[in-house]
Amino acid sequence: MTDERVQLGHGSGGRLTHELIERLFLRHLDSPLLAPLGDAALLDAGPTRLALTTDSFVVSPLFFAGGDIGSLAVNGTVNDLAVSGALPRWLSLGLILEEGLPMETLERVVRSVARAAEVAGVQVVTGDTKVVERGKGDGLFINTAGVGLLRPGYPEGARAAGPGDALLVSGPLGDHGAVILAARSGVELSGPLVSDCAPVIDLVDGLFEAGVTPLFMRDPTRGGLAGVACDLAEQLRRGLVLDEAQIPLGPDVATLCDLLGTDPLQLACEGRVVALVGADEADRALAAWRGRPAGAGARRIGVLDDRRPGQVVLNTRFGGQRRVVRPAAELLPRIC
Amino acid sequence: MGEPSLLARYRDPALLARLVGRLATLEPGRELSFMHVCGTHENAIAKNGLRGLLPPWLRVIAGPGCPVCVCPPADIDLAVQLALDHGAILATYGDMVHVPGRVSLAEARARGGDVRVVYGVADAVRVAGENPDRPTVLLAVGFETTACTTAAALEADPPPSFSMLLSHRLIPPALRALLAMEEIRTDGFLLPGHVLTVTGSRPYEPIAEESGLPMVVAGFEPVDILLGLLRLVEQALGEPRARGRVGNSYPRAVRREGNRRAVAAMERVFEPADARWRGLGSIPASGLRLRETYRGRDALERFAVDPDPDLPESLPGCLCAQVMVGLKEPEECGLFGAGCGPDTPRGPCMVSFEGTCRNRYLYQEQR
Repeated sequence: MTDERVQLGHGSGGRLTHELIERLFLRHLDSPLLAPLGDAALLDAGPTRLALTTDSFVVSPLFFAGGDIGSLAVNGTVNDLAVSGALPRWLSLGLILEEGLPMETLERVVRSVARAAEVAGVQVVTGDTKVVERGKGDGLFINTAGVGLLRPGYPEGARAAGPGDALLVSGPLGDHGAVILAARSGVELSGPLVSDCAPVIDLVDGLFEAGVTPLFMRDPTRGGLAGVACDLAEQLRRGLVLDEAQIPLGPDVATLCDLLGTDPLQLACEGRVVALVGADEADRALAAWRGRPAGAGARRIGVLDDRRPGQVVLNTRFGGQRRVVRPAAELLPRIC
Repeated sequence: MGEPSLLARYRDPALLARLVGRLATLEPGRELSFMHVCGTHENAIAKNGLRGLLPPWLRVIAGPGCPVCVCPPADIDLAVQLALDHGAILATYGDMVHVPGRVSLAEARARGGDVRVVYGVADAVRVAGENPDRPTVLLAVGFETTACTTAAALEADPPPSFSMLLSHRLIPPALRALLAMEEIRTDGFLLPGHVLTVTGSRPYEPIAEESGLPMVVAGFEPVDILLGLLRLVEQALGEPRARGRVGNSYPRAVRREGNRRAVAAMERVFEPADARWRGLGSIPASGLRLRETYRGRDALERFAVDPDPDLPESLPGCLCAQVMVGLKEPEECGLFGAGCGPDTPRGPCMVSFEGTCRNRYLYQEQR
């Protein structure tokens, strides 16, 4: 259709984004390295194996409880590398600034980038700055690219996932999405809800140190757990059964979702890990996570099975059953 | 912190299991089907997988309870016109933006129209205050629950640049219209708790009495809904003289007289008017229009525009109109999941989180 225009939903990470990738980007840019469409591309560079990823950040508001666009731009990219099994090392920092942006705001963001990079143990090693006329950008957009070193033998050494494997999550879901949702909808929360924006490197390290080999690992950002669960079921061509009673959810997030009619399974996290592990390794993985502050709320939330390949089913806390599908477009634009 | 204890009671799986057990002991000897007229009920039922807990003889049908779905295409088309041709800031509730039509509001936005999603009328008034040099129009949809907030906002003297496209609808006239449709068979109605919180249960009493059908108002937590269904079944199986009454399974919110201040505000601002419903046609006195004092806030008058009565109710192949009154199941529609999904909705029932098709598509309750 010649009349077709880009809609906000094309950037939601939901089905419209998938369609755009399949029908446009892959059509023109397909290559064996791009085709897996993972969080990061896995590259051979001589004896060293690298992971490369990039992410753009357009979050509104720029500053929110628990983070800002600067820390988000570091952690988002760092986490894509970490859940690909890489040790994050170097970042690029591309800034698109709007004429008139207070220099003080810019400095706050750059300080936050520096702090987040230090916490994550990565270095910003190259950068770029562009300025657009007033009114042509919303204050400040950031792009970061990241390079990490892949662990020897991972992910190619991991066995294929199969029925009985356990799905784990490292902590309560949806805190970041809820903070942005609350800020944007003008709902004032009485509780101390803050974004979970943080690097997940330590959580991923914890699994490997405990001798656990994740069979699938993601950070549930846009699209939330629902998006990751659907990706997992589709990629593995297995069924995935989630247990609602086990899915960790903070009380503020639950209340906000009730108020606004939002499905918490679709809310973004910026500092959690979802991992599929062998049933015999699940307890060890949970213990490793729970021994760390960032993983105190870790839970086992689901199991892979052989019924309904490609589908995610949720056992509700009331004994009913329903499906979980990929989130619809535009749950909340500009969440990261 | 923690979940309020009040709500926790209504989400108690053990209590729910007891209600499910009670229902299972009843044996009506025939199928009973009850219709709810509330998208929030449908959402709660589907999201929690409640249909799977009901005995095989008990059916819950989704009726016309989604305000986005019943909003006629002509009203959306007008909103698009105001945004594109009259330079208005068009404010509306989230789901309305994606309802397809000649041009959807999302498409209007992509073409440069200033379409804003608001969470309530107060947001729209705020937008008007921030943009005094441009007209702001709220496409006001919703049942009595929302209409009373619209009335309150108008009484609070919003900025002069603020006007409304009124597309509010009233539930009691729709119930009468449903009861008059021969093809619709239901053994009673599960009434919408939030609407009756505003209006009270009294307006439903004559309808229950005349139809002789059980009616029970219910809240939106799983226990509320199961309790409402249990009361409906008990009424349906009980003494005939016990039927035709409005039962209240939501006494923590609903009174017979409703919220008098809200009702009074609506009466001061609005008067009933005939209105079109997608799926039900024109129903006498089922909509609202502004009383003389407030007529200047009517976007139809202000911009001298008229709804186009000839717009088709649905896109070709879309069965929303029948799904909405419970005559068809979403799966009976050839477009369901085949060209029509939440990202590419062909009808409003797939757009709104209260829509029957969307809830069926997203949750696909297992029975």
